[in-house]
Amino acid sequence: MVKRGTIKVKAGLAEMLKGGVIMDVTNAEQAKIADEAGAVAVMALERVPADIRAAGGVARMADPLIIEEIMKAVSIPVMAKVRIGHFVEAQILESLGVDYIDESEVLTPADEANHVDKFDFTVPFVCGATNLGEALRRIGEGAAMIRTKGEAGTGNVVEAVRHMRTITGEVGWLKSLKKEELMSAAKKLQAPYELVCEVARTGKLSVVNFSAGGIATPADAALMMQLGADGVFVGSGIFKSKNPEARAKAIVEATTHFNDPEVLAEVSKGIGEAMAGLEISEIEKEKLIQHRGW
Amino acid sequence: MNKLNIGVLSLQGAVREHIQMIENSGAHGVSIKKPHELSKIDALIIPGGESTVIGKLMAKYGFDDAIKELYKDGMPIYGTCAGLILLAQKVVGGNKYTLGLMNIEVRRNAFGRQKESFEADLEIPGIGKNPFTGIFIRAPWIELIGKDVHVMAKFKGKIVMAQEGRLLVTAFHPELTGDKRIHDYFIEMVKKS
Repeated sequence: MVKRGTIKVKAGLAEMLKGGVIMDVTNAEQAKIADEAGAVAVMALERVPADIRAAGGVARMADPLIIEEIMKAVSIPVMAKVRIGHFVEAQILESLGVDYIDESEVLTPADEANHVDKFDFTVPFVCGATNLGEALRRIGEGAAMIRTKGEAGTGNVVEAVRHMRTITGEVGWLKSLKKEELMSAAKKLQAPYELVCEVARTGKLSVVNFSAGGIATPADAALMMQLGADGVFVGSGIFKSKNPEARAKAIVEATTHFNDPEVLAEVSKGIGEAMAGLEISEIEKEKLIQHRGW
Repeated sequence: MNKLNIGVLSLQGAVREHIQMIENSGAHGVSIKKPHELSKIDALIIPGGESTVIGKLMAKYGFDDAIKELYKDGMPIYGTCAGLILLAQKVVGGNKYTLGLMNIEVRRNAFGRQKESFEADLEIPGIGKNPFTGIFIRAPWIELIGKDVHVMAKFKGKIVMAQEGRLLVTAFHPELTGDKRIHDYFIEMVKKS
């Protein structure tokens, strides 16, 4: 019997993406550049987060026509974003045949209480998280991959670091607890008890965890890998830089050789200016993207 | 007897799972990131991942010549999914980065995109009577085989596992199942080589 959309099959694709770089692209031409540079997958969207941030207004799923053009242009997996809770955008993406759906805080949320029931779909979902409780709530809804949120469109890695360290710290804390302390921990984390027990037992999330939101340099990518990320998403960092081809290639190599400072030094040479960054404290609190999602 | 050292090419993909399976099969799993590290191992696994990415990084860091050389000298190699593609002599639709060691022609993403990905029980007489759970993720299949290639498993008429001398390939992912019979089989191949 052939079984599709099982958790093994959904989470399995994320396992295959490990050690790789997933790049935001807004058209077929960028997708080809990303593919050529060694992206392990591309994320199709209408505007990169830096432009979404600058433009304001409501950010939605990309035009299906653009997504199809991107799917035709490359042979690597194509991901696309839906608004939090917008299960109809997800139905549309599934019918297009995208390989992964990102239920993303980078777009304007469609539901301020509920996320999509991801078990309802054959296509797998990746969701953002700022801490372990949020990650486990998403896994509890059927997410087959997690990415730490960081602060998208800023080119500033500080929030990505904060979220990765938070999750790693909380996993370590759960591991240290006695069995009778896990219910109280589940209450504190606001996470499903069974998943809390599983993390306490295995010492890790049950799905792959990538880093996202603010990675702009090869060194940023390697930093997140050394902090325990399974791979990285780079959004505005590539196509908002002076030389996207060179930077994309360098970030790919830095993600593979994240523990090798000589390689990191070599790939960081002469790749042109990085995107202009934003200082987080200068962003008004209500404009922070990471707080979207519940 | 000293444990065998089985390397896993660690440029990108499902490295950790293969190392775990190798350890479960009683050998020592070694992560290989640079060509000079190949000298420490008795056999190599090329894992699943994106064949384009692994292929490019292999070429960039000089793995292709090093692996071909060691293969010629007798090193067994097992490729899963992307690894199968990278070992093939010919890839339909082209992939300029293959090692071209195995006399097979393969089609990338032949079973379709992710929503067509699946798990199914496979009959693999070479590893035992009980069915093996095959996890196929945007998986390739083998379209044509040379005369010395031994077909080990088919699914719906398509070749999904094969062996040619000291080369073993699967289109599916035993490393995601916890069933170590295929890794055991490979390690037996290594012992005999």
